[in-house]
Amino acid sequence: MPRLTLTGLTKAYGRLTVVDRVDLTLEEGEFVSLLGPSGCGKTTTLRMIAGFVDPTGGTISVDGAVLSAPGAVVPPERRGMSMIFQSYAIWPNMTVEENVAFGLKLRRLPGDEVKRRVREMLAVVKLDQLAHRYPAELSGGQQQRVALARAIVVKPSVLLLDEPLSNLDANLREEMRFEIRRLHDEFRITTVYVTHDQAEAMATSDRIAVMNQGRIEQVDAPHLLYTKPRTRFVAGFVGRTNLLEARVEGGRLMLEALDLGPAAAVAPVAADGPVLISLRPQAMTIHEAAPDGPATLVLPATIAERTYLGESWDYVVAPEGTGLRLRVAAPPLEAHDSGRPVWLALDPRQVAIVA
Amino acid sequence: MSAALRPSRLRLLEPVMLLWLALIAALLVLVAGPLLKMVLVSFEMQETGEFTFQNYLTAYGRQRYLDALRNSLLLGALAAAMSVVIAVPMAWAVSRTDMPGKGFTWAMVLAAFVMPPYLGAIGWILLAGPNSGWINVTWRALTGATEPLVNVYTFTGMAFVIALHSFPLVFIFVKSALDLISSEMEDAANILGGGTWTTMRRVTLPLVWPSILGGFILIFLETIALFGTPAIIGIPARINVVTTQLWQFFEDPVRVEVAAAYAIPLLLITVGLIAVQKLMLARKGFVSQTGKGGERREVKLGPWRWVLFGWCLTVGLLAVVKPLLVLLQASFAKAWGRGFSLDNLTLRNYRFILFEHDMAPQSVWNTVWFSAASATIAVILALLVAYIVIRRLMRFADALGFLAMAPFVIPGIVMAIGFYAAYAGPPLSLYGSGLLIILAFAARFLPIAYASSQAAMRAVHPEMEEAARILGSGRLHAIRKVTAPLLKTSLLGGWLVVFIVASRELSAAIFLVGPRTRTMSVLLYDLTEQGNFEVVAAFGGVLLVITMVIVGIGMKLVGRDFMLRRE
Ligand SMILES: Nc1ncnc2c1ncn2[C@@H]1O[C@H](COP(=O)(O)OP(=O)(O)OP(=O)(O)O)[C@@H](O)[C@H]1O
Ligand SMILES: [Mg+2]
Repeated sequence: MPRLTLTGLTKAYGRLTVVDRVDLTLEEGEFVSLLGPSGCGKTTTLRMIAGFVDPTGGTISVDGAVLSAPGAVVPPERRGMSMIFQSYAIWPNMTVEENVAFGLKLRRLPGDEVKRRVREMLAVVKLDQLAHRYPAELSGGQQQRVALARAIVVKPSVLLLDEPLSNLDANLREEMRFEIRRLHDEFRITTVYVTHDQAEAMATSDRIAVMNQGRIEQVDAPHLLYTKPRTRFVAGFVGRTNLLEARVEGGRLMLEALDLGPAAAVAPVAADGPVLISLRPQAMTIHEAAPDGPATLVLPATIAERTYLGESWDYVVAPEGTGLRLRVAAPPLEAHDSGRPVWLALDPRQVAIVA
Repeated sequence: MSAALRPSRLRLLEPVMLLWLALIAALLVLVAGPLLKMVLVSFEMQETGEFTFQNYLTAYGRQRYLDALRNSLLLGALAAAMSVVIAVPMAWAVSRTDMPGKGFTWAMVLAAFVMPPYLGAIGWILLAGPNSGWINVTWRALTGATEPLVNVYTFTGMAFVIALHSFPLVFIFVKSALDLISSEMEDAANILGGGTWTTMRRVTLPLVWPSILGGFILIFLETIALFGTPAIIGIPARINVVTTQLWQFFEDPVRVEVAAAYAIPLLLITVGLIAVQKLMLARKGFVSQTGKGGERREVKLGPWRWVLFGWCLTVGLLAVVKPLLVLLQASFAKAWGRGFSLDNLTLRNYRFILFEHDMAPQSVWNTVWFSAASATIAVILALLVAYIVIRRLMRFADALGFLAMAPFVIPGIVMAIGFYAAYAGPPLSLYGSGLLIILAFAARFLPIAYASSQAAMRAVHPEMEEAARILGSGRLHAIRKVTAPLLKTSLLGGWLVVFIVASRELSAAIFLVGPRTRTMSVLLYDLTEQGNFEVVAAFGGVLLVITMVIVGIGMKLVGRDFMLRRE
């Protein structure tokens, strides 16, 4: 039985529907991110799972028991979940230790067990030296660890995180990203993680649910999301891409005059007609001389523009005999001047048809 | 999990809903009830309760009553104008310039704010009474003149004394507006060739106009509703104003209906002017401060800074130091007119008031107990309302907030008449009981408590509470364990402010006290009427000491500026 199930979950404020028939299932121990642009309804979804917001439609169940349905919502305190907030919400009037012990005490555990578990937990998040400090005396990263410890120590059935890293600076953010994943690997708590930062979602999640305007567009493992986006929105939102108009003709995928091979290899839709395809900048390479490989398609082209981005080159390449202009990424040492004729190699396996 | 599976379907009976109903009921009793009753009573015949316009005809049928109305308006305008003149240079000096003695100026403003206005008035009688006032005695001795130099028993004198205790409001308003203007605005004018004075006149002042006007309106409203000073100075000077006239309607036989009818203009003017002020402040662009962002530098005044300091010093002397000094002298004197000599010294006044007077000890106790009880009621009500409003727990939460703020536009004296009309007689017959006064004070000062609760509530992120709830604590438990401790300091601040203003309240108390429920302020007024200024001064000293202790506690626990914070 899945741990957490959202079925047709909907939230409307007046006539504005901010979460629209969301279906999502998390197996026990799974880490799923809700990824999407600002205002797409991620927080609302998460707060419905927590029980802070009542759904206007659909249900939320944990281990098969319905916790939320319109007009019938189990309050947050009886859901056995934990949540980490964007503001951390560490209580400034309690020490680190008291913060972490709060949930355990509410569960009426014996005093020495509370002590032991708090101590163990603080050691896991490397805060054992700071147990008696007040939050005001901690750095942002340390406060974040307190929030993590406080949420995990109660062994929640589901852990919810709402953009927990958005208040940290870039370096710390990267470190905490791995910390969150490490804690997940250690405790295997079923986790829903809300973020608008795709790198964060990629680094932490087993699966990512991409949301747009209140709907889930696609749920997949991070690398599949990248290589096989199913909608135009996902292709554009996750990483950069070339969105191109192509056609299916007699079962073959045609990009202008280029034959990209059998359409069935790319997507199950094989009906003839126009389609939209996504071609990642990383799916192509630029060569001075024509390379030969079995799986690649090679065509003559010209460098139209180039920008150096530090970690890579960003080229705009125009294949000869077409009106196409393709973004192509290349490592720093592969410098080609603008206007130069080059060979463009393209891996058809990395083409995705999007809706 | 199975226990958790019975979510409540009876949304209507949720605790929050019950709380909301209870609060609405409390606010109706405290705020709406008295007001409605007053309006009703103004159309009722005494005894029979028949509908009539007679009360209005009586209330506005005599030239004397109409004069009082006109006097009130003039007095309000004059006192407010004087306050602006006094306070604006001070605010500018403290906020923007390198004037010395800013700490002293602050202390004077605070002291003028804390000092009960009627004590200031008594002090000024001792200073500027036409015959034996200190200033006039000295003046005659120095010049040999026969005419007094100043006379407090005049219209201007009265307005001046009122202004000396009202100006802190303008000061606070204007200073906080000035604090928000970045020096760059002034620099921009300087670079175009404006000197310091031009810049101040053409750029800085216009930017704080709304605050000046706001302060002016508030002082105008406070003055027309003020009872103490007009009674102490105005009645001997035969200057009748609305509040003293209302008081006369309450003398035997009590004519509540006429008083109610006569109080209506006070209410309408207040509501109207506050609405005007709101509209004015809502006009964006005029209040075009750039926020705290811009850099702020002090304007270098050169020798002029001493001129400004002289101004602040003079105000401090007139508003605080001199009145306090003469009161102190009187309180230790056998006869205050005999001056500062050793054989004139005595502790008799204090002994009399603390141990021998049959009402005084009771009134001290009444004051402390009424103030504490009403502050507690006001803060608890305000906190609950603020919680529901800020957290948007209910659809009609704003109605609560509106009711809690409503007393702000009801002059205290009007509220007192409302409470008298509604609850003094049957069916509740609260006349003569402390409860009547406690409830009236709680209602009157609810907006103060509400404003501070609201600000405090805003500062506590709702996620603080949610973090507790998701870990398994119910709403009430979360409030107790998390929200309340975080609000503690601000709530204490609100409580102390209400306590202080309640402990010196006279305008409302004078209409509501019975033989056993007189407060210190009322007793002070009674003593003043008897003309024994030495005893009055001693009693005022006791009141001041109590106030100082509370202010001291507040500064210690809440922060130095807790009285003057503008929320
Ligand atoms: N209480 C409310 N009343 C009305 N509209 C609301 C309310 N709460 C949220 N919304 C609207 O719902 C939409 C989704 O909000 P939500 O907070 O879920 O977005 P989000 O995906 O978390 O965005 P962000 O990345 O900016 O946090 C927004 O357009 C927001 O304005
Ligand atoms: Mg959000």
